[in-house]
Amino acid sequence: MAWTEKVLRVNLTARTTFVEPLNMEWANQYLGQRGLGSKYLSEEIDPKVEPLSPENKLIMITGPLTGTMAATGGRYSIVTKSPLTSAIACSNSGGFIGAEIKNAGWDMIIFEGKADSPVYLYIENDDVKILPADDLWGNSVWKTDEMLHQKHQDPLLRVACIGRSAEQQCLYASVINDLHRAAGRSGVGTVMASKNLKAVAVRGTKGVGNIKDFPRFLNATNQAKQVLAGDSITHEGLPTYGTQVLMNVINEIGAMPTRNMRDVQFDGAERISGEAMHQIRASDNKANLTTNAACFGCTIACGRISTIDKGHFSIQNKPEYWHASGGLEYEAAWALGSDLGIDDLDALTYANFICNEDGFDPISFGSTLAAAMEMYEQGLISKAQTGGIELNFGNAEALVKMVELTAKGEGFGKELGLGSKRLCEKYGNPDLSMTVKGQEFPAYDPRGIQGMGLTYATSNRGACHLRGYTVSSEVLGVPEKTDPLTTEGKPELAKAFQDATAAIDSSGLCVFTTFAWTLDDIAPQLDAACQGDWTAEKLLEVGERIWNLERQFNLDAGLTGKDDNLPKRLLKEAAKTGPAKGKVNELGKMLPEYYQLRGWTADGVPKQETLQRLGLV
Amino acid sequence: MHHVIIGAGPAGVIAAETLRKYDKKSAITLIGDEPEPPYSRMAIPYLLMQNIEEQGTYLRKGNDHYRRLAIDLCHDRVIGLDTAQKQVHLQNDKTLNYDKLLIATGSHPVTPPIPGITLPGVNHCWTLADARQIAAKIKPGSKVVLMGAGFIGCIILEALVKRGAELTVVEQGDRMVPRMMNEKAGNLIKRWCIDKGIRVLTSTRVEAVESGQASRLSIKLAGQTTLAADLLVSATGVQPNIAFLKNTDIKTEQGILIDRHMQTSVADIYAAGDVAQGLDFSSGENTVQAIQPTAAEHAQIAAKNMLGLPGARFQGAVNMNVLDTLGLISSSFGLWMGADSGDQAERYDPENFKYLNLQFADDVLVGATTIGFTQHVGVLRGLIQNKMHLRDWKPRLQQDPSRVMDAWLATHQVLA
Amino acid sequence: MQKSLHLDAYKCTGCLQCEMACSYEKEGAFNPAKSRIKVFTFHDLGRFSPYTCTQCAEAWCLHACPVEAITTNVATGAKEVNETLCVGCKVCTISCPFGTINYNTETHKVDKCDLCGGDPACAKACPTEAIVYIDAEQTGYDKMQKYAQLNLTQGE
Ligand SMILES: Cc1cc2nc3c(=O)[nH]c(=O)nc-3n(C[C@H](O)[C@H](O)[C@H](O)COP(=O)(O)OP(=O)(O)OC[C@H]3O[C@@H](n4cnc5c(N)ncnc54)[C@H](O)[C@@H]3O)c2cc1C
Ligand code: SF4
Ligand code: SF4
Repeated sequence: MAWTEKVLRVNLTARTTFVEPLNMEWANQYLGQRGLGSKYLSEEIDPKVEPLSPENKLIMITGPLTGTMAATGGRYSIVTKSPLTSAIACSNSGGFIGAEIKNAGWDMIIFEGKADSPVYLYIENDDVKILPADDLWGNSVWKTDEMLHQKHQDPLLRVACIGRSAEQQCLYASVINDLHRAAGRSGVGTVMASKNLKAVAVRGTKGVGNIKDFPRFLNATNQAKQVLAGDSITHEGLPTYGTQVLMNVINEIGAMPTRNMRDVQFDGAERISGEAMHQIRASDNKANLTTNAACFGCTIACGRISTIDKGHFSIQNKPEYWHASGGLEYEAAWALGSDLGIDDLDALTYANFICNEDGFDPISFGSTLAAAMEMYEQGLISKAQTGGIELNFGNAEALVKMVELTAKGEGFGKELGLGSKRLCEKYGNPDLSMTVKGQEFPAYDPRGIQGMGLTYATSNRGACHLRGYTVSSEVLGVPEKTDPLTTEGKPELAKAFQDATAAIDSSGLCVFTTFAWTLDDIAPQLDAACQGDWTAEKLLEVGERIWNLERQFNLDAGLTGKDDNLPKRLLKEAAKTGPAKGKVNELGKMLPEYYQLRGWTADGVPKQETLQRLGLV
Repeated sequence: MHHVIIGAGPAGVIAAETLRKYDKKSAITLIGDEPEPPYSRMAIPYLLMQNIEEQGTYLRKGNDHYRRLAIDLCHDRVIGLDTAQKQVHLQNDKTLNYDKLLIATGSHPVTPPIPGITLPGVNHCWTLADARQIAAKIKPGSKVVLMGAGFIGCIILEALVKRGAELTVVEQGDRMVPRMMNEKAGNLIKRWCIDKGIRVLTSTRVEAVESGQASRLSIKLAGQTTLAADLLVSATGVQPNIAFLKNTDIKTEQGILIDRHMQTSVADIYAAGDVAQGLDFSSGENTVQAIQPTAAEHAQIAAKNMLGLPGARFQGAVNMNVLDTLGLISSSFGLWMGADSGDQAERYDPENFKYLNLQFADDVLVGATTIGFTQHVGVLRGLIQNKMHLRDWKPRLQQDPSRVMDAWLATHQVLA
Repeated sequence: MQKSLHLDAYKCTGCLQCEMACSYEKEGAFNPAKSRIKVFTFHDLGRFSPYTCTQCAEAWCLHACPVEAITTNVATGAKEVNETLCVGCKVCTISCPFGTINYNTETHKVDKCDLCGGDPACAKACPTEAIVYIDAEQTGYDKMQKYAQLNLTQGE
């Protein structure tokens, strides 16, 4: 129950679709979304497969609570093998399409093979069609969305699609749904493009009614909503400032990676913060922030909707951008802002619009551009290569130009689409790539937040804040405060966060609820909805199982414990300012203990008994 | 004060109730010539489909509804009118005096001048009595010819099919519902019907009906074709019931001419519903619309004016219809055919039997056609009747006409 | 004092909790497509507009219905559809100028808001008080209803 128990399998090569029952034994072990999708992927593809070959598969999958009244119950995930990291990729997105897929009667869609010309998938409940997309190909996400709405004459059609960056093989292309919600990281959009799959358009009117115990479910979800409504972060901080509530906080503790992580504090932080988004601009008497917005079922509504000043240089002559659209989240504001040394809020907002419009990850893009800027300043990249643009830190015009080029895969934008690791290798300074396993860092400097060094290094999809957000404890004191500058207790903390997050990422709920919720708030909701008994303990076990399954996939794909590493800069170059001044990240102190806690060998391989305990053999 | 209403259809009943709502004292007499309690013709298709019993067609369900409202419901037929004496003459020789009179006698189906049209195998589908006959005549597998694929024809089409008829539709226009929808839309409905196994013959006409041999009727069409049929259902249009006014000074054209207070050319005499030729919202001319919502609107406004209530000035009725043709739902509003020097927005998706057409005059919506839509269609009426200036929403609707609801909200300051 | 739903586009975040609450109340499943209250999204304005039946005083739907399937609940003022009487003719759906009574192709009847008998589920589910059920006079919605009424019947 709570699952529709139906899987849609789409063979793009043969242009055929099949309906299959969901493997309920797996659902009971892996829930949905990230866990269950990873299980299916592991079972169905050879982990050594070339990510952009037809042999790779792309799975769009909901969780058991997706489409229900549970607060934030609108999530879905895309699971595939990443072209950026060659590790398993799972990108999670909100918006509305996840619930729509569920409402159409599907738990998941598995795409396999490759269409010989562009196609899109149209789903109206049981009516599933693979339709030609030659006219859509070559168009941005926004244009594609508009064209599909016009074609199907249905304002409520939900669309997930790729933009031009993906078509141009940008390695960190996203799949964007509902115009500005992204399955953002690890290049899941690039895989979708490699299959010639432009879009998935869904309309579901069946509803989600398969709940084990409705009255108990409503009771549990209501109680959980009360918890969100009573918490200062989920009730005030996030709705008011979005994730941008963090900008000033993180800067103050000296964990704000700046100018390709050369520095740990950014003097312009305040000007690009959540507070700044509220400030009335002198130029047009409006604030950058137009409103906050919710994803399906979300009672927090952290989403930012922003409008750029019409007179701003980025859009001055482009009325097509004079409207409101998805604004800056903290990670994007950081990557496009402080990591590039740029404090022009509207320029960052514009760059963020473009990342949505053409579907690519602003974190990886910003980070890659940061590396390029550093190499430019070092003379490794010349003006000839950038097409005459001065790629200096702090240059907002350069950001605007580069984001446009990357969107279309033109000029130096094509190079930026390689991601920081490949770009730095190509231009001769691999140490400048701020990546783990080939994926760029998000916005927390592990010198100032030690635990994050460990979670970055061990994250199964490469550097990522969403795989174990120890920031919660180390900075915000949730569930309890730990010292960000010490390594003590961090392996345990990282593991606990990683396992819990893996379970939440598989449930249909948003991880941001955990600013207020613990697994004790989540378990009763799942237990009332799903068959079986769901306790916090079981969820932790499911999370640990998922973590190990992903690890196994990566090891089978050819990664090793050596890839659990951080760039030299973070291990050798001490923070220059702030509370963490003089500190490097002490990964070496944490990693062995972490392996031990995980039940892995000293080389980072899960021991047989661990796999057995988790039912992975 | 004595209010007399002739005709106990929807117009008559709603008028009587409205009178009573605002005037608790006056006498109200409602005269109807059909034997059944006041009923709704519109419900006949659902009776034929056996979704409801005859009682289901009754306008009001409570047994004592009229008595409770002190409305004197009188089964009789008005045969003449003396406007000078303010009297109506009834068939049973009685005469009634009135202070205010409402004529709501509705309309009747036309009988086309075709040889054989009065043979026993030919039926209208207008009254409950007609419905009973049709029900008795159609057995599963019966061959039925429906003459006329206009609005009423299409409305009863599904009922005939559901009763098991093997149906052929003959329409002299080049498509179905030619007076309600344009070529694309009418032909889309036609193709839908054909896909559902119905024979649809357009651009042809019935020239004669004869008694057949094996079947009851032999129906000759223009050209050589002859159709064998057990039943011919005639639905070629309606005419207002105004014959009994012949010797009065009440002005009539097609129907009874009324002003914006629903008053006829004679003081204290009003008309409403199918019999009235009232203001058409879109054209600004007086027309007979012969649809239920117009009858209801006429009736309310007429009653208020009969009582001399202020502010009840008719703005004109938007002509509109909704059809369900074997599951394909369509509607048309106002100037669906377009306004002079206006422009349109159109989406045509024949593969999925969807069609949306909006007609504008400047930036005001004046007409619309939909096929395959069930959500928020009423807002088309709202946009037309409120004459909302769409401003920047017009180009948007031209891009994507399905966003009419958004246009309504945006132009009605719900968002302000 | 009769109450009515007050809908505030400024407070709405577009989460659709109301649509789920409504569809659960009416259909026993979370199904926004079947909700009687709908949130309309204006992406380029960053605005969300919850919208449902205004329960008109002189309801267009009610008067157009040929078989008295729509009646007024005297306690709440809601115009309610009696499903056993409704024949599914859809005339109400083209009559309501607000587009808030809709044909349901599964039940072959029409769906509209009935204020849940005086305890509307949508208002209870809304996390931001964008939907509140309050005294009709305060709502301004009332004003809108009158405004629409005026324009639709007596305007020149
Ligand atoms: C099968 C069918 C389906 C329809 N479907 C729709 C639809 O989907 N939508 C729509 O909008 N409309 C539809 N209509 C049309 C709709 O029924 C009429 O517009 C509506 O009935 C008009 O109401 P009325 O009161 O003006 O006239 P009527 O309903 O015709 O009532 C007039 C009454 O007056 C009586 N009468 C006439 N002359 C006299 C007299 N001299 N003395 C006493 N009584 C008299 C008549 O016998 C009748 O009972 C349909 C009609 C039919 C037949
Ligand atoms: S459905 Fe429409 S006409 Fe009926 S009461 Fe509601 S708003 Fe008024
Ligand atoms: S669809 Fe039902 S409620 Fe609406 S007018 Fe027809 S019978 Fe009345």
